[in-house]
Amino acid sequence: MHRLLRNRLNLPLDEVVRREGGAVLATLIRMTGDFDVAEDALQDAAITALETWPTTGVPVRPGAWLTTVARRKVLDRIRRDSARPRKETEAVALLAEASPEETSPSAVDDNVLRLVFTCCHPALSPEARLALTLRTVCGLTTAEIAAVFLVPETTMAQRITRAKRKIAIARIPYRVPADHELSDRVDTVLAVVHALYTAGHHAPSGDVVVRCDLADEAIRLARVLVRLLPDEPESAGLLALLLATDARRAARVDAEGEIVLLRDQDRSLWDHGAIDEAAALVEAALRRRRPGRFQLQAAIACLHSLAAHWSDTDWPQIAQLYAVLEQAEPTPVVRVNRAIAEAEVNGPGAGLDILDGLQGLERWHLFWATRGDFLRRLGRRAEAGEAYRKALGCPCNEADRRFLHRRLTELG
Amino acid sequence: MPRYAALIYEPGDAARPPSAEEWEKVMAEYNEFTAKAGAAGVVGGGEALQPPSTATTVHVKGGARGGDVVTTDGPFAETKEVLGGFFLLDCKDLDEAMEWAAQIPGAWYGRVEVRPCIDFSETG
Repeated sequence: MHRLLRNRLNLPLDEVVRREGGAVLATLIRMTGDFDVAEDALQDAAITALETWPTTGVPVRPGAWLTTVARRKVLDRIRRDSARPRKETEAVALLAEASPEETSPSAVDDNVLRLVFTCCHPALSPEARLALTLRTVCGLTTAEIAAVFLVPETTMAQRITRAKRKIAIARIPYRVPADHELSDRVDTVLAVVHALYTAGHHAPSGDVVVRCDLADEAIRLARVLVRLLPDEPESAGLLALLLATDARRAARVDAEGEIVLLRDQDRSLWDHGAIDEAAALVEAALRRRRPGRFQLQAAIACLHSLAAHWSDTDWPQIAQLYAVLEQAEPTPVVRVNRAIAEAEVNGPGAGLDILDGLQGLERWHLFWATRGDFLRRLGRRAEAGEAYRKALGCPCNEADRRFLHRRLTELG
Repeated sequence: MPRYAALIYEPGDAARPPSAEEWEKVMAEYNEFTAKAGAAGVVGGGEALQPPSTATTVHVKGGARGGDVVTTDGPFAETKEVLGGFFLLDCKDLDEAMEWAAQIPGAWYGRVEVRPCIDFSETG
């Protein structure tokens, strides 16, 4: 849908429609109870918008305009399609009750939250949650999502179709969770947005290291979640984490497209405004005394981003934070990062001890690369070479590959 | 009079889905059975389940009620677990069904697979 529109008109209008799309879709799903009907109607309305807005101008409330037009199209279709008389009457009645409250900002917010929580429901697989959120909330095409995760488009289409089917058949409800379930469900949502950022920050494969559009979209969603879930400090934690990490984006890859490690980055290229915003967010969140994994990761990211030089990095505090984070999130990823911090405080031997205790990471290139780095610093060059070779045997993108080869060459 | 649970295991490794003819034949055989057994007063209740791709698995950690609830997409994967029976839960949506599933002792001694039933009364 979006590729078609982009060819016909300049970007701003297309982008307006795409950005409103998630909220409009959310409202339509609420009205019709059907993802596919809602999507078709939105697509039709979007095409109409892009045909008429160049002449009439962009409406003051484009979202409300799109919703009104889409709803009319759904009604038209139901009236034409007389196959299911019982459902038709119910649907027509529901849709015909047009009230201004339905497109009020608070109603739209509520519907967007419903859509996000539904797409991120724990009954869907993590891959399905991410794919469905990208498709319905962010408005990416199936082809675009497939390209990010390097699966064929048909595979991704099936994944999304199956997710929608499950929502319909298993009756995953279209609602914001009740208070007693909210915090757990919020974590699932935040994890999806974080996965989206990670996919943009470090593309899983292929030539491009950073997919800026996905990273930007993740940050935009994180801001929406902070606005819509003001009582959840973890949502502020996630936004802070993304801002603090993204602030370093310009320095992460050099002019030749090679990865620049944190220790070597030109800190004048960092976005210090974003870093300050992140620090303020995480400090305010932590004051609420409901720490969680995203607040902790944000605090760590801020400590890195606030250091004027690598040598100024507060490693002891970072190592302590990782130790706490490990309690909340005892995952191998966190443990490897903790090993790196410990290595900075107590030497590479301490880091290696931690790595030696980990299992199940043999397919992760960063595990082997970290191991290789510790061994290299300990002067155990042959073992370091083995580790870097193992890293090359794991899935990684082209820039990672070149980095690993350089390390191998340096070992001699 | 003792009641028995008849637990139906289907071959899960079918190379292709059944054709309309095969499906009709199987359904006719089931209808023949339920007619006969129904007439004899033997059928107490039962359900045909939607495919495993619609299943959600609930596990309560810690071996007792009230522990952390872990939810995963799909049926419980490890095949050494045997299907021990099923309750029919009449709930308005999956969330309500999952809340009840977490109360079943099977959720902490093992796992409870929650799958929607086929509603044969809904046409279209």
